[in-house]
Amino acid sequence: MKRPALLLWTLALFLAVDSLQAKELVIVTSFPKELFENYKKAFEARYPGINVVINSKQTNAGVTYLRETKNRPEADIFWVSAPDAFQTLKNDGLLEKYAPPKEVMAKIPAKIGNFPVHDADGNYFGFAISGYGLMWNKNYLQGHKLPAPKEWTDLTNPRYHGHLVISAPSRSGTTHLTIETILQAYGWEKGWTLLLNAGGNMGAITERSFGVPEAVISGQYGIGVVIDFFGLSAIASGQPVDFVYPSLTSVVPASVAIVKGAPNMENAKTFVNYLLTEPGQMQLFSPDIARLPVMPDLYAKGPANYPNPFKMKMGGVDFNDQLSSGRRDIVNSLYDHIITFRHNELKEAWATIYRAEETAAKGKGPNVAQARSLIAEARKLAAQVPIDDKKAGDKEIAAAFRGKSGLKAQLETEWENAARSNYAKAKELADKAASLAR
Amino acid sequence: MAEIEAAPALRLREQIDWLQGAVMAALLVLLFVFILYPIMRVLWVALADENGQLTLIHFRNFFFRPLFREALWNSLSNGLWVVLFGSLIGVPLAYVIARYEFRGKILLQTLATLPLAIPPFVGAVAFQQVLGRSGTVNLLLMRWFDASIPFVDGLAGVVLVQTLHYFPFIMLNTAVSLSNIDLSLEEMAESMGCHGLRLFRRVTLPLMLPGFIAGSLLTFIRVIDDLGTPLMLNQKNLLAPQAYLRITTIGIDDVDGYVICVVLVVLSLVSLLVARKYLSLAEYATVQGGGAIAKPIHGKKLTLVFLFSGLALALCLLPHIGILLLSFAKVWSFSVLPTAFTLDHYTEIFFRVPHFIRNTLLYTGLAAGFDVILGAAIAFLLLRSQLWGRNLLDALASLPLAIPGVVIAVGYIRVFHGWDFPGAGAPLTSTWFILVIVYAVRRLPYTVRASYAALQQVHVSLEESAQNLGANRLRTFFRVTMLFISGGLVAGGLIAFITSCVELSSTIMLVPRIELGPISYGIYVYMQSALGRGAGAALGVVAILLVAVGTYLTHRLFGGRAGSAFRV
Repeated sequence: MKRPALLLWTLALFLAVDSLQAKELVIVTSFPKELFENYKKAFEARYPGINVVINSKQTNAGVTYLRETKNRPEADIFWVSAPDAFQTLKNDGLLEKYAPPKEVMAKIPAKIGNFPVHDADGNYFGFAISGYGLMWNKNYLQGHKLPAPKEWTDLTNPRYHGHLVISAPSRSGTTHLTIETILQAYGWEKGWTLLLNAGGNMGAITERSFGVPEAVISGQYGIGVVIDFFGLSAIASGQPVDFVYPSLTSVVPASVAIVKGAPNMENAKTFVNYLLTEPGQMQLFSPDIARLPVMPDLYAKGPANYPNPFKMKMGGVDFNDQLSSGRRDIVNSLYDHIITFRHNELKEAWATIYRAEETAAKGKGPNVAQARSLIAEARKLAAQVPIDDKKAGDKEIAAAFRGKSGLKAQLETEWENAARSNYAKAKELADKAASLAR
Repeated sequence: MAEIEAAPALRLREQIDWLQGAVMAALLVLLFVFILYPIMRVLWVALADENGQLTLIHFRNFFFRPLFREALWNSLSNGLWVVLFGSLIGVPLAYVIARYEFRGKILLQTLATLPLAIPPFVGAVAFQQVLGRSGTVNLLLMRWFDASIPFVDGLAGVVLVQTLHYFPFIMLNTAVSLSNIDLSLEEMAESMGCHGLRLFRRVTLPLMLPGFIAGSLLTFIRVIDDLGTPLMLNQKNLLAPQAYLRITTIGIDDVDGYVICVVLVVLSLVSLLVARKYLSLAEYATVQGGGAIAKPIHGKKLTLVFLFSGLALALCLLPHIGILLLSFAKVWSFSVLPTAFTLDHYTEIFFRVPHFIRNTLLYTGLAAGFDVILGAAIAFLLLRSQLWGRNLLDALASLPLAIPGVVIAVGYIRVFHGWDFPGAGAPLTSTWFILVIVYAVRRLPYTVRASYAALQQVHVSLEESAQNLGANRLRTFFRVTMLFISGGLVAGGLIAFITSCVELSSTIMLVPRIELGPISYGIYVYMQSALGRGAGAALGVVAILLVAVGTYLTHRLFGGRAGSAFRV
């Protein structure tokens, strides 16, 4: 047993030498390789002597990592898309406040649409803008003879049943914002009607954000709900896909933050400044990154026909950030318990409804009218949200979702049971309607 | 005279027992620090109430939630189905491997073990590209018959993929039992007029049952713990994905996730104990005896064997073939085969970022080395010592089989991050050595089992005669025992190596920086971008090749007994 011990100490010495490098900048990021590699190269060239260290982690693994290492931070910069991650870290007090120089901030507007670009308390800073939209595989749509989508409401088209894909909002901060956009654009009840109907059309609900573009690129599913750069960078890399921003969309910044107690504080500040000034911003235009800068003046220097969020019509979605973050945990859990985890039942219910509608459309019997009213009832049941927006915005309930309270389990069970019985009933009614109309 | 002779012998024994005791204590401390304590730090959440007091209320709640009951039921029934279908593939292959001698047998063994190690992410993509709803097979079916088969839909899809993934456990274990059976038993039965099916049912089956049961239970444990397959097929109403989704969702501290982890651990431990109990009862009878000799086969029988194994392997290796195609593909979208090919992905991973491959070799090599040393020491103490604490040692060393990777990883960060590791000048979790440790810990059960099986074959009298000739016990251990079990040790080490090559769940939590990541981490990084699929697949191919070489060497060294390492 002596030899391994000796080996261990030799290794330990080895590691000691390894970790003695000075002048580092440690970045925790969930961004794709193309993005962080480009930035690493450019930043190191501009600031010789600073060695950029990338720690690539999924957003949630990154949050866990920062939490677990808070007594002794290793990372300097946290750099991801999902706004919820920053809010969570801010609430936990894991982000460092910073005020970038005035001349840097002057060129960036305070808001994009209604969404503040930077955190009001200076905990994190928007460096790029992302919009949400629909991405589709051209070969797939052609093969299945399907039209290309344009609007969120297209997701409820019966022809798309089983051809759509989305990631669960609880797993993807960007999907959560898409869901919120829809809820705020159409209102709580109508929004959920759309989401539940679209949910019934989904072929799959993935667990990773990137699972959606992956499924669309490989042609497993036809249309995916994605953040813009997934679509734009896939087009740039020659995949047979296309992307559209629906008219009712909102754009949201992707941010960067300095970690509380960052070991290389000065370098971290330099990096944030770099990202927010022209050299850092210009890099976003490169085709394999394909993101939208936060400096409006820069678009004149960008590629032709590049989407400009400062000129896009925001379609009247008055995005309320406070509302969104206040009920985030509830909306996510609700989506999971009535859509993600009940996906089989929901999908089946809508398939039955569509079949009944087809039969009713062709049917001529005396009972067609009755069948139609049954179908209408089934549609209502299969798109019913078990909680109203007042309750969803309740502060006490929101607190229950963060603690160990039994209220959360109770609500989740209620929602699940309501979903089960609604979808089963909807299917039963639709089946009855189909046999009546025949 | 008698007194004078007895005295040194007695002294020797006392001294050696002290040495054994010291090793035992050191091992127990090591396993406690790196296995039990980190796991407890994480799972304690499930057992504590708001004031930090012990409570079982969370477990009561678990059974009151329909979603969790559904998940529990789905996991259990999945496990049973996979065992059933896995046996249909695994048992015939095991019989062929253990009983027949033919050209290409090692190739067959190697290929049939490969499914155990499918690289993460790319394996999923490849599977979808081949068997998915717009995969090669279904596109052809649509073109020819205007119909498609939902191979990977729903829970049935999960069962299919897991069957193809885990059947080697059943195959390897059954093969070990089959090659342990004394051929004379069957010959005796035959000479007494027992033939064919009756012979199989009355003699062969009962004798191979221990290995089969062990393999089945191991498969069962792996299936209920399996996270990758359900997630890749977007099935979330199973225990492992429910736990994972709850533990890793941003911003919510969900007790239920940890409760499910504890439920998973309990289920695995129960299966483990049942398998142990059964094996210790049943295998006693077959420890003695010369073992079976594989018979050469020719002609029709050989053709039949080739036909069956070819068909089974073609099915099981579909993802591997898919990964190979993907690694050369520039565009593969809604088409039977890729429509544009390139070699760029290989240039990328060999010349631009070779560190992923280098790191994998370094970490898994070191981890396998530690596992061999620890495995040999633990097996020796289990079989040859009478010390107190052997059962505890055994239990601790087997525990990693039942613990999800995420739990160990979070535990390590919790335990090791706060303080500088002596000599390293930094916390253990900021160095690459944490990856070596986590691989060594997670694969330790395999080397312990391999060494245990090998040591069982060495008769104590060999060691005793070495000591009679004047060697002390330490010298005996290194010069005699180690020599005899070296084949088993190397095989166990290789298995630790090949299974670590594709480990993802703890890797992704623990990699301190991108330059220190191994292949599985590299695949993750590539799979986060639209352009990275090909390069990720190329890394996957390298991982498969490493695993294939490791497996081939294992079978070369260990022959039909390669499965001993996958014992429980």
